[in-house]
Amino acid sequence: MQATLWGTRGSLATPGPDTARYGGNTSCVAVRGREGTIVVLDAGTGIRRMAATIDASVRRVDVLLTHLHMDHIQGLGFFAPLYRPEVEVHIWGPASIQLSLQTRLMRYLSPPLFPIGLRELPCELHLHEVPCGEVDIGEFRVATALVCHPGPTVGYRISEAPGKVLTYLPDHEPALGARAFPSLPRAWTSGGALAEGSDLLIHDSQYTTQEYSNHIGWGHSSLRHMLDFGTLVEVKHLVPFHHDPGHSDADLDRLMAEAIDEAKPVYRVTPGREGMAFEV
Amino acid sequence: MSTSKAIQIILARQLASCVAMPILLVDAEGTLIFYNEPAEAIMDRRFEETGEIPADEWNRGVTVVDEHRNPIAPEDRPMTVARLQRRPISRTIWTRSGDRDWRHLQVTAFPLVGEGGHFLGVMNIFWEI
Repeated sequence: MQATLWGTRGSLATPGPDTARYGGNTSCVAVRGREGTIVVLDAGTGIRRMAATIDASVRRVDVLLTHLHMDHIQGLGFFAPLYRPEVEVHIWGPASIQLSLQTRLMRYLSPPLFPIGLRELPCELHLHEVPCGEVDIGEFRVATALVCHPGPTVGYRISEAPGKVLTYLPDHEPALGARAFPSLPRAWTSGGALAEGSDLLIHDSQYTTQEYSNHIGWGHSSLRHMLDFGTLVEVKHLVPFHHDPGHSDADLDRLMAEAIDEAKPVYRVTPGREGMAFEV
Repeated sequence: MSTSKAIQIILARQLASCVAMPILLVDAEGTLIFYNEPAEAIMDRRFEETGEIPADEWNRGVTVVDEHRNPIAPEDRPMTVARLQRRPISRTIWTRSGDRDWRHLQVTAFPLVGEGGHFLGVMNIFWEI
């Protein structure tokens, strides 16, 4: 499979000359299988440009939402396949305890926040609530599980024969409440089984260690926690993702280098930049 | 892919690890999957040493009686009521582990229910009287 990063920024779109290299669009990753299946991970502002790469002959696209915070759905209304009657769009995402996925999405995709309502979209729309165990989407097997982040939030583990695995945990605070991290085995760590042995792990890297101490419970990882999580789950290649909007390109260059130098991971680390593509 | 504990169970353990009240967590099958440091005095053993304990094993090791020192049948223990009847329960008990001293406790047990009504286990909170 091939994964392309179309939005790597967390929390708020941050365009401008200081963020041009890592990118200013919010979370969106496109995963394409060898047989043509297209899975889009999150619908941040990066999804608009991603949609332009979908060939007119495509008849089905699956959008997998980790959660419904605005930086992960803001681009949804600008996803071109939603306006093509001949295309099946399957949106997967978490319901809340009280509200269905449809009701939650309609809060955004309806006036006054958006001019077009969910029911008015011309495409053939299918909504699926997660977590739902394992499902097959085209040639992919997708596993979902709730992870530690405020509100219902899932991570996705996408497998493709012969055993290649990509895991996506863009908003994740596995260290929440831990006196030391990591101190517990994978089974007792949020996202542990989802990310176990991944060939590629795209993971939250929002804060420095100092910043994290002022944002405990906000649902994100420090760079150090992310790297230690990667060690715990024995990942092969880690992509730091969901960069803080306050971090410029120069900041990220320095912070990534410092964190990697300190943690000395035994696996490969490639800081996520908009436009990057990975073969898994 | 191996299996992780549900996020609600992970967070319940994190909470139990940083409060002073004794707390026991059991899963849907009744296995004691975690007890915190304050609960180690009630269990008379350390979680680090025992790890998870199957239901029949740890129920055998703990004697539970009511206010009048009448034995409470296993199926009437608060944790079992909360697990099998899926309802919260609070009562006063006397308990001891092995031949240790009796402890007078208020126990509250309540089911942990996740999304879609998925039953995850029971949290038991004790209060020394």
